[in-house]
Amino acid sequence: MDEIKKNLQSSSKATHQDYFGKTITYICIAFVGLLVISILYFITTRGLATFTENHVSLWKFLSGKNWNPGMLDKHGQPQIGALPMIVTSFSVTVLAAVVATPFAIGVALFMTEIAPEKGTKILQPVIELLVGIPSVVYGFIGLSVIVPLIRHSFGGTGFGILAGTLVLFVMVLPTITSLSVDSIKAVPMFYRSASLALGATRWQTIYKVVLRAATPGILTAIIFGMSRAFGEALAVQMVIGNAVLMPHGLLTPSSTLTSQLTTGIGNTTMGTLPNNALWSLALILLLMSLVFNILVRFIGKKGSLKK
Amino acid sequence: MNPKTSDQLATGVIYALVAAVIGILIFLLGYILMTGIPHISGHFLTSAAQSFRAGGGVRDQLFNSLYLLVLTLIISFPIALGSGIYLSEYAPENWVTSLIRTSVEVLSSLPSVVVGLFGYLLFVIRFGMGFSILAGAIALTFFNLPLLTRSIEESLQDVSELQREAGLSLGLSRWKTITGIVLPAAVPGILTGIILSAGRVFGEAAALIYTAGQSAPTVNYGDWNPMDSASFLNPMRPAETLAVHIWKLNTEGVTPDAAQISSGASAVLIVVILLFNLMARLLGNWMYKKMTATR
Repeated sequence: MDEIKKNLQSSSKATHQDYFGKTITYICIAFVGLLVISILYFITTRGLATFTENHVSLWKFLSGKNWNPGMLDKHGQPQIGALPMIVTSFSVTVLAAVVATPFAIGVALFMTEIAPEKGTKILQPVIELLVGIPSVVYGFIGLSVIVPLIRHSFGGTGFGILAGTLVLFVMVLPTITSLSVDSIKAVPMFYRSASLALGATRWQTIYKVVLRAATPGILTAIIFGMSRAFGEALAVQMVIGNAVLMPHGLLTPSSTLTSQLTTGIGNTTMGTLPNNALWSLALILLLMSLVFNILVRFIGKKGSLKK
Repeated sequence: MNPKTSDQLATGVIYALVAAVIGILIFLLGYILMTGIPHISGHFLTSAAQSFRAGGGVRDQLFNSLYLLVLTLIISFPIALGSGIYLSEYAPENWVTSLIRTSVEVLSSLPSVVVGLFGYLLFVIRFGMGFSILAGAIALTFFNLPLLTRSIEESLQDVSELQREAGLSLGLSRWKTITGIVLPAAVPGILTGIILSAGRVFGEAAALIYTAGQSAPTVNYGDWNPMDSASFLNPMRPAETLAVHIWKLNTEGVTPDAAQISSGASAVLIVVILLFNLMARLLGNWMYKKMTATR
């Protein structure tokens, strides 16, 4: 009797297996969560060291125009003004998104409204290949084609925001395109039918109905593209010129947050002020990436199609 | 302008934009392959890089890239598989799950420099690993994990709910259903995801500059003992990959034929990535046909 009771009350082998499997997957996902938390923690603590250990004022850091972390200015304050890099980073990001968006929307409309079958067949591989090209290769082409081209047509060194924009434009194009395609596809078919039944032309339907309904999705796509452009390091670093100066135009050499980080971290000693200042730049990058994420969520919540 | 004309005009503009994008891609691929292929030779692929003289090859860099890729996949695949299974099969609909999903999203949108710097801070400095293949592989794992997790989760989601119900109704445990029924059905999707992520890992450089380092010490390809410091399998040695090599040649390098080597190396990178893409497509289709008996 006891034997049977025991068998009935203890869990079976399959249950144990299930617990075992469940535990493994829990551990894996916990690892991912822990990883994100530790990235946030480590970058934040190191990035704040400039302000807590070296007592640089946050305002000076964000608004100063001179970046020369090893030197003191005439008030005895270290010269770490990150404004030139912040401005350059934002300019290349915004310009790249502005240039890329019409192309991306055009391609997306072609793939969804004009020639869905043929368009997808041809353009899907095109987008995948553009995603697949590594960023150093984009940088290399920028360096050997775009920079000389700019130098010949506009003068100057060729390095600068314009070159960075042109390289980033191609890099964010596939991101914006594929997400726009998704959002345009999500517009219900009867919207189009209704519009066409009222006698609207295809373009009127696209412009007045489809694009309006897909706007939140397209905005999300653009922000994702901007987030990629903002964080892109090597391709930009190769064509931007890497001079930490306030940009005076599209053609003067400049430096983004990422490019300054890649060039600088190796040349500074851990724990010193110049090094801490670079970690603060990394912190700005991290925070901006979070801001882009929050923006995407916000738009997603506000703009989701009401059924 | 009447609606008919504006319709035609807009259609024309869209066609032009599409043609421009296709043109850009053709130009990019054409440029890389046309300038790069002539430099690829047996000598280029099998000789060591030169710092100050012309005529160096990319043997060590190519091997390092492949070795790093294999190590990265070995580390990241099990974790991504576990997380993917959790998100697709076990995750309850509550705030914990949505928090986890958010953190995976955050991880995937972090700039790769930041991920690389985190690897540098934690592994290279804190744990004293120095610039090493292992530190590089771990950094690449962080970079790869969210993308791989997402693609595994999606391929698991694509398996019909009926399959799970069938398994459970036969009295199998949840875990047995997943490993015995759902996973095999999702294999084509998972494989495609792995190969595509391999392409991304192969071309990544920003996360590696400060983890795997920027130097490629001469290694002995006959030494199969991974513990030996001169062995090509030693995971604790610094390793410059192909992508990092291209970057370095163009920014700090003093090699006289930097442009030729970079175009050759870019062509090698692109060819390998094209092969990965092609393989993912063919393998996915083939496995799908084989397993579902559709044509």
